[in-house]
Amino acid sequence: MVEVVYPQEDGKTVRVDLRDPYWAALLAWLWPGAGHFYQRRYGKGLLFMVCILSIFIFGLYLGRGRVVYASFERGDFRWQYVCQLGAGLVALPAIVQAVKTRDGGDPFLVMCQRYPEGSGLGKSFRQIPPDVVDSGLGLPKRTYKDGFMAPPAGPIDQNEVDVLGMWHFEMKHMYEMGTLYCVIAGLLNLLAIYDAFTGPAILTDEEKEKIQAKKKKKASPDRQESAGRESRRSRS
Amino acid sequence: MNELLEILPLAQSLAKIWFAIPLVIVISMVYGATRHEEMPEIVKQSYRSLIWVVGFMAIIFAIIFFAGIWN
Repeated sequence: MVEVVYPQEDGKTVRVDLRDPYWAALLAWLWPGAGHFYQRRYGKGLLFMVCILSIFIFGLYLGRGRVVYASFERGDFRWQYVCQLGAGLVALPAIVQAVKTRDGGDPFLVMCQRYPEGSGLGKSFRQIPPDVVDSGLGLPKRTYKDGFMAPPAGPIDQNEVDVLGMWHFEMKHMYEMGTLYCVIAGLLNLLAIYDAFTGPAILTDEEKEKIQAKKKKKASPDRQESAGRESRRSRS
Repeated sequence: MNELLEILPLAQSLAKIWFAIPLVIVISMVYGATRHEEMPEIVKQSYRSLIWVVGFMAIIFAIIFFAGIWN
């Protein structure tokens, strides 16, 4: 058990029982706020959970479930996923999808199917309408499938049209916005993990004194100048 | 009048700034929660952070805006 004691401005002290900080940090990573719940810091746990998960889910909604995916291949190095992974368990399905689709397999939770390249009449990478999919008529032998949190199917080339390009085309700026929301959710959870591990970063009395001393040093030459001016005025 | 019509498409891009509001609120609250333990203190810190972030964004907006005018 690790207990941290902080002095408050009103003279009271705040005691924070961190219990097992390593276990709390792991829980905080897995589920935002869970580490704080484990430490019985329910208010902060709820705050972290609501704030972080809400923007992560909202980001996923903006990006139609396609903004969180794990792909570190040439031409599609998804560095944003490293940041999104900070949100924990909610970002992990992307790894499952990446493994599932690694050798050209179909993802879990298919959201739509697309015409493969070379389908003719400008249909390449376009979504196949649901009625065509249901009837099976006119369905190509092999289709690209968009899966929830799955990497874009097919070859990715920045200089060619591909599935990733179609995502950007279809969602416009919402794709970037959704990515940003999920990235920030992941990064904010790192702060929550740190808080679960070490407690809040409250300034101690010594640190406050140092800051105030610095401020005084900065303010003192200005005060001397203004005092000098006032004395000159009063003499005149 | 024509000049106003020319800058009308900018209004559409300006609408994207609304997406910043939830982010700023959430960032301020999480930051505030990492600096304090008691809820009233967290709310105070969050408010201060919110003002700081919005102020910073306003300054950057003003710089870019005036740079556009002088260009």
